[in-house]
Amino acid sequence: MATEAQGAEEGGLVFHPMDQFIVKPLFGMGEVGAFTITNVTLWMALTVVCIILLLVMGTSRRAIVPSRSQSIAEMMYGFVYKMVEDVTGKDGVKYFPYIMTLFMFILVSNFLGLLPMAFTTTSHIAVTGVLAMMVFLAVTILGFVKNGIGFLGLFWVSSAPLALRPILALIEVISYFVRPVSHSIRLAGNMMAGHAVIKVFAAFAAIAAISPLSILAITAMYGLEILVSGIQAYVFAILTCVYLKDALHPAH
Amino acid sequence: MEGDIAQMGQFIGAGLASVGMGGAAVGVGNVAGNYLSGALRNPSAAASQTATLFIGIAFAEALGIFSFLVALLLMFAV
Repeated sequence: MATEAQGAEEGGLVFHPMDQFIVKPLFGMGEVGAFTITNVTLWMALTVVCIILLLVMGTSRRAIVPSRSQSIAEMMYGFVYKMVEDVTGKDGVKYFPYIMTLFMFILVSNFLGLLPMAFTTTSHIAVTGVLAMMVFLAVTILGFVKNGIGFLGLFWVSSAPLALRPILALIEVISYFVRPVSHSIRLAGNMMAGHAVIKVFAAFAAIAAISPLSILAITAMYGLEILVSGIQAYVFAILTCVYLKDALHPAH
Repeated sequence: MEGDIAQMGQFIGAGLASVGMGGAAVGVGNVAGNYLSGALRNPSAAASQTATLFIGIAFAEALGIFSFLVALLLMFAV
């Protein structure tokens, strides 16, 4: 209540658009510690439950003529498999389970976050940062294990003139280390921005004169957000594939 | 007084950071427009390039998201 009143005084809005991203303990009002069960924990667990329901229950009957849930599960699998195969090539296919896991987790948590009163776990940089950092570490370690010191050839652009190569190498190194940052912030920023915009329009709905317009705008933004949720999960997965391809074939 | 000026700077900075959105808009529009003009010239090659399209859009958009992040940091973290 205190934050609502303060928000109304400061910005003229009924509630603050960023209030929806506050991490709260699920039981009681204590501090948020390392092992506190918060709303993030709840929605992440729901995400995992939804994925298990979709993929395990969907494919458990294994009918020749697939049921609806089975064909959704099969389409997801086929879509991600084809993406990995197209971008990484044949030898990247054995890392398919990791990319499938990332894609499904991000997709389902984006979609669950669109439910009213839900909490979007992927709108927090802490969540996406861990996902992106795992990808970065995995790709770097894999690159050195597969290619040895030859992995550094990724930074040495052999098609460029010799005088330019040190400068290009510096740029390549910087862009390599910015990867986890942009990888995580792209997802978190997109989700956060979309949800904040919806909340801003929702706050305008309290003003009677413009409420029909703002409800229309919320509906339009909601449709856009459904699109963005899918695209961002796809982009996260496909960038992971691109980084994986760099690790497997570092030569420029 | 000093806090007021600092807060004013915060708000002006956040507003200026929003200009970055225009850059992201130009970038994403450029990528999508060029893809479309290429796809209309050679529709048979278009389907194989959608992944590249999304990668290009993602890279162009990331910089717009960075400006959003700067605005957020100025508003809530500074």
